[in-house]
Amino acid sequence: MEDVEHIEKGMKLIRADGRRLDGRKPDELRPIRIEAGVLRRADGSSYIEWGGNKVLSAVYGPREAHPRHLQDPARALVQCRYNMAPFSVSDRKRPGPDRRSVEISKVISEAFSAVVFSEQFPRTSVDIFIEVLQADAGTRCAGLTAASVALADAGVPMRDLVTSCASGKIDGVVCVDLNKDEDNFGDADCPMAIVPRTGEVVLLQMDGHLTYDEFQKAMDLSIGATRRIYEMQRDALRRRYSVTLEDILKEPAPAAQREEAEPPLSQDDFGPEGM
Amino acid sequence: MQGSGTLRPIVIPGEAVGGPGLKPGPGTYSEGGHLFAALLGVRDERDGIVSVIPLNGRYIPQRGDAVIGEVTDIGPSHWLVDINSPYPAPLHATESPWRVEFGDTSRYLKVGDVIMCHVLSVDEIKRVQLTMQDREARRLSGGLLMEVSPTKVPRVIGKEGSMVSLIKDLTGCRVYVGQNGRIWLDGDEMAATLAAKAIHLIEDRAQAFGLTEAVRELIERERRQTTGPRAS
Repeated sequence: MEDVEHIEKGMKLIRADGRRLDGRKPDELRPIRIEAGVLRRADGSSYIEWGGNKVLSAVYGPREAHPRHLQDPARALVQCRYNMAPFSVSDRKRPGPDRRSVEISKVISEAFSAVVFSEQFPRTSVDIFIEVLQADAGTRCAGLTAASVALADAGVPMRDLVTSCASGKIDGVVCVDLNKDEDNFGDADCPMAIVPRTGEVVLLQMDGHLTYDEFQKAMDLSIGATRRIYEMQRDALRRRYSVTLEDILKEPAPAAQREEAEPPLSQDDFGPEGM
Repeated sequence: MQGSGTLRPIVIPGEAVGGPGLKPGPGTYSEGGHLFAALLGVRDERDGIVSVIPLNGRYIPQRGDAVIGEVTDIGPSHWLVDINSPYPAPLHATESPWRVEFGDTSRYLKVGDVIMCHVLSVDEIKRVQLTMQDREARRLSGGLLMEVSPTKVPRVIGKEGSMVSLIKDLTGCRVYVGQNGRIWLDGDEMAATLAAKAIHLIEDRAQAFGLTEAVRELIERERRQTTGPRAS
């Protein structure tokens, strides 16, 4: 962990050629990889690697809401638990919910309440679990993006996927998708989540200060980035079922023989893609 | 899927599935005259109604569904039945095929018993009631109970029951398919295992066409293998 006190004053986060310390352009995202259907026991699941972030997400439900007095006779509850593993950051994080994770859980569940057709499942709850295995700034965006893939994988009816991306200001330049150093030593960070089809904003937070013009710029950058991430989400979901599609194109025999080789009830614990 | 032709593409929630003039069916919603998918699934268009057939999801009870349930709790005049859905389903004593005295419910069904029953009613807040007032409704004993994803049940049943009757004919097993994804198989051990294997194949490759033929082939090959050595 860097010693924040002793970082020299005018530390440069933007290089002379206008690129950032990790070589990215201001509007460039970190590499993202999304995998859907990675957990066998959950109704829907996904795994995302977003730069240095590694986040696992699982969705259960709609299922009977407990405790009973929380049940809503008109709609389903959308509940979320965001949790960081003790080993996800360089200093050990004390396990369990804290102020930060309770807040993130709340804003994420509200973002999903806006898209899930909750009135189709009165008295139930849809439970979203987000586990951060490795954190490198922007975990709430990564978690939200992963959870939205997991929700679709679980077959929960919803208006659209939710896509999320942060943008911020470092060295006075508005940039998209800040990494750990840029987040720690930059001027502002502004995570947002949108419903790509309508452009509706379902999550918007800001840490630090942005002028109105900078905020407009940040918003435009985030919206541009979510378009690219949306395609990756859709691609992950298509790939999840393309395994079946490949099986179909094969002769029926090999698939059937594989069926004989393994006892029908024991399935390996990873999804068709593995991890 | 059944029939020939190209594979139907997978649609993702939020994807446009139809313009004006088409009606929204299950798994879709309309906004500003256009239709969008609400589920991850396969697009289907029939008589101007667009629907999305889900690939995954929970069982939501509907009136008249035949389901296989497990008794989880007993009250003085009802049983609580788990029907593999988000909603608890009570079966009232008056809906059972027996004349049950008040407080005498445990003499007929115990916790853990598996029953074949129907959904009597579902109201707007999804309160479910079950009934056993039907010829095929009864307590199931013996046999093999298996679970498949409720979204795969139509594939297991096939067009007008073609798939189930194929499995029944080829294995000589009795097969009951509940809409909630529970399937009860009854027959000798060999036949039941074979039928279970066939159903797993259906669940695995639900989106394939020529599935009926694949299942027939699997069962016939397996039968040759098992009966072959015995005959010699």
